[in-house]
Amino acid sequence: MPTKIEKDEITGTDTTGHEWDGIKELNTPLPKWWVWTFYATIVWSIGYFIAYPSWPTLSGHTTGVLGWTQRGEIAEKLAEAKAQRAPFVNRIEQAPLDEIRRTPDLLNFAMAGGRSVFAENCAPCHGAGGAGAKGYPNLADDSWLWGGKLEDIHTTIVHGIRNANAESRTSVMPRFGADGLLNARQIDDVAEYVLSLSRRATNADGAKRGEAVFVENCVACHQEGGVGSTEIGAPNLAANIWVYGGDKATIVETIRNSRAGAMPGWTGRLDDATIKMLAVYVHALGGGR
Amino acid sequence: MDGGDTKLRERDVAVEDARSVAAQKKELPLYVSRIKVHPKDVKGLFRRLKWAVLAFCLTIYYVAPFLRWDRGPTAPDQAILIDMPGRKAYFFMIEIWPQEVYFLTGLLILAAIGLFLVTSLFGRLWCGYACPQTVWTDLFMWVERKIEGDRNARIKLDAAPYSVDKIAKRAAKHAAWLAIALATGGAWVLYFADAPTTLREFFAGEASFTQYLFVGIFTATTYTLAGWAREQVCTYMCPWPRFQSAMLDDESYVVTYEKWRGEPRGKLAKTQIDADPWAGRGDCVDCNSCVAVCPTGIDIRDGQQLECIGCGLCIDACDAVMDKVGRPRGLIRFDTLANQTCRAEGKPAHHKFIRPRTMIYAGVLVLVSAVMLVALMLRTTVELNVLRDRAPLFVTLSDGQIRNAYTIHILNKTHESRDFALAVSGLAGATLAVAGAEAAPATRIVLAAKPDAVASYRVFVTVPAATVAGRASSSVRFDLTPTAGTGAARYDSVFLAPGK
Repeated sequence: MPTKIEKDEITGTDTTGHEWDGIKELNTPLPKWWVWTFYATIVWSIGYFIAYPSWPTLSGHTTGVLGWTQRGEIAEKLAEAKAQRAPFVNRIEQAPLDEIRRTPDLLNFAMAGGRSVFAENCAPCHGAGGAGAKGYPNLADDSWLWGGKLEDIHTTIVHGIRNANAESRTSVMPRFGADGLLNARQIDDVAEYVLSLSRRATNADGAKRGEAVFVENCVACHQEGGVGSTEIGAPNLAANIWVYGGDKATIVETIRNSRAGAMPGWTGRLDDATIKMLAVYVHALGGGR
Repeated sequence: MDGGDTKLRERDVAVEDARSVAAQKKELPLYVSRIKVHPKDVKGLFRRLKWAVLAFCLTIYYVAPFLRWDRGPTAPDQAILIDMPGRKAYFFMIEIWPQEVYFLTGLLILAAIGLFLVTSLFGRLWCGYACPQTVWTDLFMWVERKIEGDRNARIKLDAAPYSVDKIAKRAAKHAAWLAIALATGGAWVLYFADAPTTLREFFAGEASFTQYLFVGIFTATTYTLAGWAREQVCTYMCPWPRFQSAMLDDESYVVTYEKWRGEPRGKLAKTQIDADPWAGRGDCVDCNSCVAVCPTGIDIRDGQQLECIGCGLCIDACDAVMDKVGRPRGLIRFDTLANQTCRAEGKPAHHKFIRPRTMIYAGVLVLVSAVMLVALMLRTTVELNVLRDRAPLFVTLSDGQIRNAYTIHILNKTHESRDFALAVSGLAGATLAVAGAEAAPATRIVLAAKPDAVASYRVFVTVPAATVAGRASSSVRFDLTPTAGTGAARYDSVFLAPGK
């Protein structure tokens, strides 16, 4: 509370009457230009009111004479960015995939573009960086269901796998157990044989019996020795990479009920240049051939 | 209490210490206009010093951007350059990359501690002589004096009604101020781009919008601050006068008034020829010369005050007057408060430069300088940064090998293209391969780096499963050695595996 206003001896200025432990506050007048600066900011704000959206109305707000909006600004910036990208996008549209990969500035652009498109569209299933998950192949390793060449990857992205698209990649593994094609014993044996391909069999006799079953039922797709075929999307069973899991129980489950992972085709959803960039990016994740 | 006092109380009306709000308001304006200061021209030692420092500072400011320093064909040849687009700063032989911005921090610490040391020794030398506000204000005042005349002429001109002469003088003054301000703002942008090119582009109308904008901003601030705001910058805006008193003590040299011999002051009166005109009075003849020359418009005889920038012009003014009236110089002098006490008591003056605060400031100054020097001398021309890929953490290959991917940044701070060999240690059987390259994995790969640039590569490190069996995380060291020349770098990272 202000107590006593007195005149300060040294400066000749009055005090405000505020006092803290003997320290008194002087009521020094402010320079006049300060208040003019304050008025100037008020005038400036009036300019703002006129130029920019400011006052709310019953059904909206005043738009200001400049017609500026945040949405408009972002649209402008996006258009600007798109215009900046246009020459590169055009070149990528024209160039064959391999040329994109071998031209440093195109590769750079495709990697950056591919990365952001991948994060938005592919990462939900394939994981960030193509790390994969159970049922969703790892795209950074050196094993491919449908081929790891640039063209193969491009085709897979364009048409997808096991979807309504007429050109989508399709292959069907029979449900050996569920449809009664093999009995439980045979399935167990062939699972042992599959394990033996990656030197993990625990029952040598079973594996031996399973080999015969394998030759009869599986070789047509998975090829001799289980090396698979990228032509028909038959996985390599001799490698250390498993999309659904490589333990015996999972292998038995796969043989019994089959697997049929699906992927959408991206043509129509993404433009040609974007799909090309995506293919180049996936190819460069670490497994491209 | 006796009866007499009581009667007195009953008779007199007690006077309350109260005034109406309206009356108080009238006395206490919320805002006051600036009272214009008209500093008078003065000659003397301190004035000459001030001109010398002014010339020195302005010369550095305007000439420095044009100094050249050969750095070869790949780097700019401007001696002092802050290259914003290139993210580099050049200062003669020193070249700073963005991650070395701590050199700038060190420089700022040195500047601050240096200021503290100088202030604790010699008071506000910075404020009075070297501060840009002082330098440009002084220059503007000189222009003003040349065009409108000295103090009295200017006061008269201010009071005079508008005439052709007044308008002509005012127009000439402001035109000159704006020209200086433009040169000031113009020189500023020369530190951020090649100076001769920028100068040509500026006048050809080809400079960038940013450059014109900054020239405009600095022209406006120079004109306003040096032409109009002047001492108000020091009293109202600058934080330094508010806390510089913390650096001062009784042994610091400041501008002082010898009160003990100046008072009682008075005008020099006519006395009888044989009488001592100085008997019973002080040396101060109350001529107000010290007030008239003061650029901040204060009276140094009031003692130490915040507004005093310590320029010493009042010393020159007073010395001239003392010479004229035949009294010893130094009634206003550059002295310590402790010495003033000594002199007042007739004791000899002393100098005490070695004090705890000066020693501490000097110590910190030496320490920071030493750290900076060592850091500069140990600055490497090659740096290696390794960023491990976090997704996927590791990749199992079809033959069972485990692979990790790393992004390698090679900072080549030399002015030539260089090749570097990269190898890893700590992992048995590890091979390296550059992502996208056709070359087969090898234990040692060669990576090229362009001059003055960061080269980035994504590198795969692959190890046999046995190497990392049972270990989820292993240490790995990347060693980078140039294929020719000196400089090497290493980086410790980790290698992740399934841990089974």
